[in-house]
Amino acid sequence: MRHLLSTKGMSRDEAILLLDIAEDMADVADREVKKLPTLRGKTVVNLFFEDSTRTRISFEAAAKRLSADVINFSAKGSSVSKGESLKDTAQTLAAMGADGVVIRHPASGAPHVLAESGWIDAGIINAGDGTHEHPTQALLDAFTIRRRLHGGAARGKGLDGVTVTIVGDILHSRVARSNLWLLTTLGAHVSLVAPPTLLPMDMSGWPAESGFDLDAAIDAGPDVVMMLRIQQERMNAAFFPNSREYSRRWGLDDERFGRLARTTIVMHPGPMNRGLEISSAAADSAGSTVREQVANGVSVRMAALYLLLSGDREES
Amino acid sequence: MARTVLNQADIARALIRISHEILESNRGAENLVILGIPTRGVVLARRIAEAIARIEPTATDVRVGSLDVTMYRDDLGHTRTRTPSRTLVPGSIDGVTVVLVDDVLYSGRTIRAALDALGDHGRPKIVRLAVLVDRGHRELPIRADFVGKNLPSSTAERINLHLLEVDGDEFVSIDGGPVDGGPVDGGDTEGAS
Amino acid sequence: MSSDTAASTPYLIRGATLADGTRTDFVLADGRIAEIGSGLSRAGASIVDAAGLIILPGLVDLHTHLREPGFEQSETILTGSQAAAVGGFTSVFAMANTSPVQDTAGVVDQVLALGERAGYVTVQPIGAVTVGLAGERLAELGAMATSRARVRVFSDDGFCVSDPLLMRRALEYVKAFDGVVAQHSQEPRLTEKAQMNEGALSSELGMVGWPAVAEESIIARDVLLAEHVGSRLHVCHVSTAGSVDVIRWAKARGIQVTAEATPHHLLLTEDLVVGYDARFKVNPPLRRREDVEALRAGLADGTIDIVATDHAPHPVEAKECEWDAAANGMVGLETALSVVHSAVVDTGLLDWTDIARVLSSTPARIGRLSGQGQGLLVGAPAELTLYDPAASRVFGRGNLAGKSANSPYLAMTLPGRVVATFHRGYATVLDGALRPADEISALGGRTDG
Ligand SMILES: [Zn+2]
Repeated sequence: MRHLLSTKGMSRDEAILLLDIAEDMADVADREVKKLPTLRGKTVVNLFFEDSTRTRISFEAAAKRLSADVINFSAKGSSVSKGESLKDTAQTLAAMGADGVVIRHPASGAPHVLAESGWIDAGIINAGDGTHEHPTQALLDAFTIRRRLHGGAARGKGLDGVTVTIVGDILHSRVARSNLWLLTTLGAHVSLVAPPTLLPMDMSGWPAESGFDLDAAIDAGPDVVMMLRIQQERMNAAFFPNSREYSRRWGLDDERFGRLARTTIVMHPGPMNRGLEISSAAADSAGSTVREQVANGVSVRMAALYLLLSGDREES
Repeated sequence: MARTVLNQADIARALIRISHEILESNRGAENLVILGIPTRGVVLARRIAEAIARIEPTATDVRVGSLDVTMYRDDLGHTRTRTPSRTLVPGSIDGVTVVLVDDVLYSGRTIRAALDALGDHGRPKIVRLAVLVDRGHRELPIRADFVGKNLPSSTAERINLHLLEVDGDEFVSIDGGPVDGGPVDGGDTEGAS
Repeated sequence: MSSDTAASTPYLIRGATLADGTRTDFVLADGRIAEIGSGLSRAGASIVDAAGLIILPGLVDLHTHLREPGFEQSETILTGSQAAAVGGFTSVFAMANTSPVQDTAGVVDQVLALGERAGYVTVQPIGAVTVGLAGERLAELGAMATSRARVRVFSDDGFCVSDPLLMRRALEYVKAFDGVVAQHSQEPRLTEKAQMNEGALSSELGMVGWPAVAEESIIARDVLLAEHVGSRLHVCHVSTAGSVDVIRWAKARGIQVTAEATPHHLLLTEDLVVGYDARFKVNPPLRRREDVEALRAGLADGTIDIVATDHAPHPVEAKECEWDAAANGMVGLETALSVVHSAVVDTGLLDWTDIARVLSSTPARIGRLSGQGQGLLVGAPAELTLYDPAASRVFGRGNLAGKSANSPYLAMTLPGRVVATFHRGYATVLDGALRPADEISALGGRTDG
């Protein structure tokens, strides 16, 4: 794999391979020595143009477990925020000998630009670009669902026939987009539930159903319910009247959670607004995978780094 | 033209002999863990464990597993990306005798990686190495303790090792040089194709 | 220098093909078309062999960003004039969003003078509608109208005059001197942080959408205002099928509205955004295939009056970056005729007579520009262009004559080639090559004197 920029266009075989390798990486976490020498001598740069401590430390842990050297380059408060261009930053990283760059950027497509530019030869992992994609989040979500459903026999399997309902700010969610493509590629059926203002205007190309009614979606008995974080500032831009109304209509509250089957998997990419899009009872329930998602994130990112930084760079 | 060196019966006899030798050197089947190196080494390890259980009916707990070495190789970035296989270490290996099993011993680099991998799982008392074929051309100071067949070969030759469970047939054969320019065993990976 | 004599040197253009397919000769002398006919001869004339070349009246671009004063790293009046000449233009209307803004008589006269000094084309300044393009107070429209530049077209292009009352006042006020307000139709609230056409593709790419309705609603408002106050409105760079419908309705109602489409909106679609190559970032954005088809149909049936380039040069760093940070705009003067050729001539929608109308006579008329767009008549100013319609070329950086390289057509194969351009009777481009600036400047200065 040359770069990991999006889940759209990723084949089923590629996705399953990555998830299977992530299983092997997860096994490492159970050993006495939780570290592999695989990426010794490789340098991974975490290039974050947006604050995201969770994602950054997850990538950092993944790289370190593979023995890579990690450089954290937070663009906030650095020369970048003083107007240095992406190009100059990329060339600086290239001069530092970065083998892999994990980039988080507020502009959709920035990782793609970095990968195609010729400014830097490193493998690029998209750690979230604008409202476009966040592929490793979707991969860890798929990994989490697969493990919940198949346990130790998950290797090699897809998510055929699994029904997943994603609820919340679909319009601005890179997590929703990446999950949409990946989960459907793996055979799942995805439906999206949101206020009409928070659904994209035209979803004709999306392999998903969409609707506005969370209660109907709950009663349809999905295998997985994925709640997205709602940003408070959306309120000010008139996407919905206020958080109380949002919570009443689109929050996974105790009552709605109670109507879900015991076996339903409840997911959230974090950080959660408890009491807004998800109740504490739902977040802390046995069906909730919130904490597993964090642990699995490291395994999936190890797999991604391995696939990116191993193999002949000239190939593929 | 491929020339068959071992047929299915030859392979079976070699594995039984290796099993006897392992028991002899370990003075029984106590504290013995047999770990195959994927893919074909795992099959051979399982067969050796079964043979030991037949030879020594009292040995009820011959532990067998697999040890993947992909993440410990030293040629990352020089070859195509390898897909790792599963590692399954049955219980603790501290203080036991571990017999590593591989199909073909060549440069020794796979075994070097396996020794590193093993160290991350625990601290065995003794580590031994069993291989079905030793074709020479070592690049590291490594030797096998138990060998099914020594097969002196030139680096231009190609060793084919097929096992029923993996390949659907079973033999060891040797080819001439890479006339067609195709992949050569040992160029980037040890073992057989 | 030979230029002094060249100024008075007549040209004999032999065997040019008129838009109707007939072949004829032209004699250019004293800045005018002196003779048209077959078998012409003229002692001492430079002879131009125009076999196989179409002769068109010099092209007039109602919408060009020349960037000077203020943004000379992107383009100057000289380099922009050169790009225009290479594209077959003999006149460009220079948009007002310079720095300082062209919102006073002093600035527009400076632009006029720099254009005259360059001498490649007539540079006709456009005046800003509001002071500093800020959309708050009317600029001194009357002073600009009576200045040496005789400004008739007023535009805040780059920004929309979104305040309906201010727009009404501007439309009313320009009636005093037969002016026209050229509106960049973009409802600002509906397009905050907009990056590309809003639709299925923006949904997928996670880009803030620029909805068609943000253009259409302003056009609808403006045509009703123009009707109400009985004034002239010009709609810049129409980009959506809905806008074409609104304008068609307005024209049927007798409203004095004219409209332009850019070459890029007639050829390119939003699919090009997929690779995040900022050369394809433009405002209004590239739209869907259906919109392109509607614009072509609108141009063919007269709903859209003209083609104008919206030539918008930007330095390298404004495009070599992530999409959100990139500047809007494309250079388009050098490629305009080829792109229009590809989009509407090769598709059979327009013939070369139509091209002369939409790229020369009508833009000159909308802009009330004398000395341009008068067609190929004896006695008309010698403003003309020779075009080889049979040529085909892979367009490259070397084909750009302006200062900036932000062309969406690099590496694309385009039909046709401008072979020669004549302005005020002298050649600015001959054999496809630009004539040197010092020669042209000397010629231009002389003719003006
Ligand atoms: Zn504009």
